[in-house]
Amino acid sequence: MQIPSAIVTLILGMVLVLGGLWIGQTINLLPVGASANAPIYDELFQVLFTIGAILFIGIVGLLVFSLIRFRRRNDQLGDGIAIEGNLPLEIFWTAVPAVVILFVGLYSYDIYDRMGGMVPLGHEGMAHHAMADNGDERIWGGLSSKAVDGEAMPLPVEVTAMQFAFLFHYPEGDITAGELHVPANRPVTLRMEAKDVIHAFWVPEFRIKQDVIPGQPTQLSFTATRPGSYPIVCAELCGPYHGGMRSTVVVDEPEVWEAWFSSNAKSDDSTTT
Amino acid sequence: MTVATPPEIQSAVPRLQPSGWIRYFSFSVDHKVIGLQYLVCGFAFYLVGGALAGAIRTELASPVSDFMARDVYNQVLTLHGTVMIFLWIVPVVNGAFGNYLIPFYVGARDMAFPRLNAVAFWLIPPAGLMLISSYFLTGAAQSGWTAYPPLSITTPAAGQVIWILSVLLLGGSSIFGGINFIATILKLRRPGLKLMQLPMYCWAMLGTSILVVLSTPVLAGTLVLLSFDIVAHTGFFNPGLGGNVVVYQHLFWFYSHPAVYIMVLPAFGLVSEILPVHARKPLFGYVTMVYSIMAIVGLGLIVWAHHMFTSGTPPWMRLFFTIATAFIAVPTGIKFFNWLATIWGGRINLNSAMLFSCGFIVNFVLGGITGVALAQVPFDIHVHDTYFVVAHFHYIVFGGSVFVVFASVYHWYPKFTGRMLHEGLGRLHCALTFIGFNLCFGPQHWLGLNGMPRRVAEYDPQFTLINQISSVGALLMAVSTLPFLWNVVQSAISGPLAGDNPWNALTPEWLTTSPPPVENWVGEAPLVEEPYGYGVPIDQLDLAATSGRDLWSSGK
Repeated sequence: MQIPSAIVTLILGMVLVLGGLWIGQTINLLPVGASANAPIYDELFQVLFTIGAILFIGIVGLLVFSLIRFRRRNDQLGDGIAIEGNLPLEIFWTAVPAVVILFVGLYSYDIYDRMGGMVPLGHEGMAHHAMADNGDERIWGGLSSKAVDGEAMPLPVEVTAMQFAFLFHYPEGDITAGELHVPANRPVTLRMEAKDVIHAFWVPEFRIKQDVIPGQPTQLSFTATRPGSYPIVCAELCGPYHGGMRSTVVVDEPEVWEAWFSSNAKSDDSTTT
Repeated sequence: MTVATPPEIQSAVPRLQPSGWIRYFSFSVDHKVIGLQYLVCGFAFYLVGGALAGAIRTELASPVSDFMARDVYNQVLTLHGTVMIFLWIVPVVNGAFGNYLIPFYVGARDMAFPRLNAVAFWLIPPAGLMLISSYFLTGAAQSGWTAYPPLSITTPAAGQVIWILSVLLLGGSSIFGGINFIATILKLRRPGLKLMQLPMYCWAMLGTSILVVLSTPVLAGTLVLLSFDIVAHTGFFNPGLGGNVVVYQHLFWFYSHPAVYIMVLPAFGLVSEILPVHARKPLFGYVTMVYSIMAIVGLGLIVWAHHMFTSGTPPWMRLFFTIATAFIAVPTGIKFFNWLATIWGGRINLNSAMLFSCGFIVNFVLGGITGVALAQVPFDIHVHDTYFVVAHFHYIVFGGSVFVVFASVYHWYPKFTGRMLHEGLGRLHCALTFIGFNLCFGPQHWLGLNGMPRRVAEYDPQFTLINQISSVGALLMAVSTLPFLWNVVQSAISGPLAGDNPWNALTPEWLTTSPPPVENWVGEAPLVEEPYGYGVPIDQLDLAATSGRDLWSSGK
């Protein structure tokens, strides 16, 4: 007995969706997450990966099936069937992708909001620290820390990128360092500016990146969550040694970081000397 | 003038154009000659670009910079991108097939402006030679094909200026071609041929040419300003003189995102020609295909800032461009579903042209899915400027456009030469290319997600193995060119004769001799009102001769 094609299609569709969900749940392509952004990002990645896997396997499966099922056999000389179109089908495969795209768009808006992307930039952290004259300076792009709800004051760090190094300056203790030391679980706000050409500040384990642009300060906020050392990578072609322009961000437990900070801080507010 | 001319001269047809092989090296105004000039010239540059890619993959086989000097590496990656985009894909999918096919499809004897057409082609070889020779003369540009200032202002000026000049020439060639296509498709149609009866490739070329004419001048203007910054020390994009580097990015991507559609829309059109012929079925959903091309053209002009999500762009702008970009997936998806419906229920001839077209569908679907993901700002913030993006756009332009170029060569070679290609070598070529391509670029998605930025000569040693796998894939792709080259050359000399219409196709280029005569037809051009009239209507199916499966797939 022939199984009706509607039932076959339904079962195949269900297997496909379940298979896609399984793939999205089990296959992890991302490096370890070390910031408050990372789990949010990974959630988005899982959704995109699941939808992508369902679509890809479905379309390729349909294609391969068609090629095998409808291949020309040696004894076949005639043409296929003259079907020139089907309006309900066209509406179906216009509407379904449109809905999926809309869903993904709204979902990623929510993710971006949770990562601090939708908060107006430049009205925090930096403003009341150190540079009163620069307080109203325009920030041209980046992530704000406002959404990462902070009872703790964000730690401001000034980042200067140049060929081919990053320089970190902590205005609070007047520390200048080649490595970024940050405490775990406290928001950090980087104010970034480049000296020569465009660079980009990227920490793969934090899932964040922001170009560092000459003439246009940008900002990047994150909250590190997992102690350890992670690479800082320049992600914008900046010259011959672009591939070597790397640094390290060291995430310490708060008390370890405190010790590092006070041992390096310049004692201009006369607490230690 | 003497009145008494000798009779033998009188009888000879006066030839203003050279004939024989020499015409391929001449300023011929025959659209077919120009089309083949584009194709062969483009393929020569493809080999150059491929050699550059080989140099890149050799350098990346080890995590340290050991194969070439770092500044040479940057020159090589700049040349690779520029050659592949401006000298191979854009000229071939537009210039080569456009020139060869469009006059046939509209029922004309040539393009609207034959001389402009020849000028457009002859801008390409000098521009290409200038670009490549800059490597030997002054050192080539080393700021990537994007030439972002201030890097492009601070790297050695001579190479950068030559790069700008050659891209300006190539952009000019592209604009001339675009104007010509628009005029030909709209104004040179055979009387009686309606727009909605044109083969789909005409619509694709119309849409592409609109993009070319609207966006390429913006690139030209931008590069002229950039050259002023370099040569005359103006400050348009120089932050030290009050310029704005992000403005350059906006202007650059206003062309260079549509450029992606300039590279893939013609490929979409070519696939729409190839699939119905070899599946023996009409193109499914002609009208929606036309509308989706135009939707892609419209949307393609308002998505450029998705290349700048990590640049100096405010939040609202990031959001708008996310949604606009992701929505391109809808018209693109319509096209893919229509192609699948075209081959569903066909009598598919699994030849090289068909297999390359299907390889295109597989690769492009993957590239499209990663494209929708990249459109999402939060996703892009992690993977922007990494190997994930490298993988994505190679799936679009190589897995998409280049696969279609090969499919088209297999499909139209009998028309170009009057001889058939060797089918076995073609399938070998297809298999090697497909495996090599996926081996090369598939793993690069993982590299990008895990922390390898693009355009680097050295990388974290943890990525060594995956990079070596990728390099092996690149080697396979290089090897895959050999059976193709042998096949094309050998078949031109001694391949079996093809006859006028070996595929039993209905589009007008097959309704003349192979190769076609100058001016395309002896006598009047045929009026093809149904270019996709393949297949047997359902009610005329011979019930005795068909299986139950055929009836099932017909939905009856």
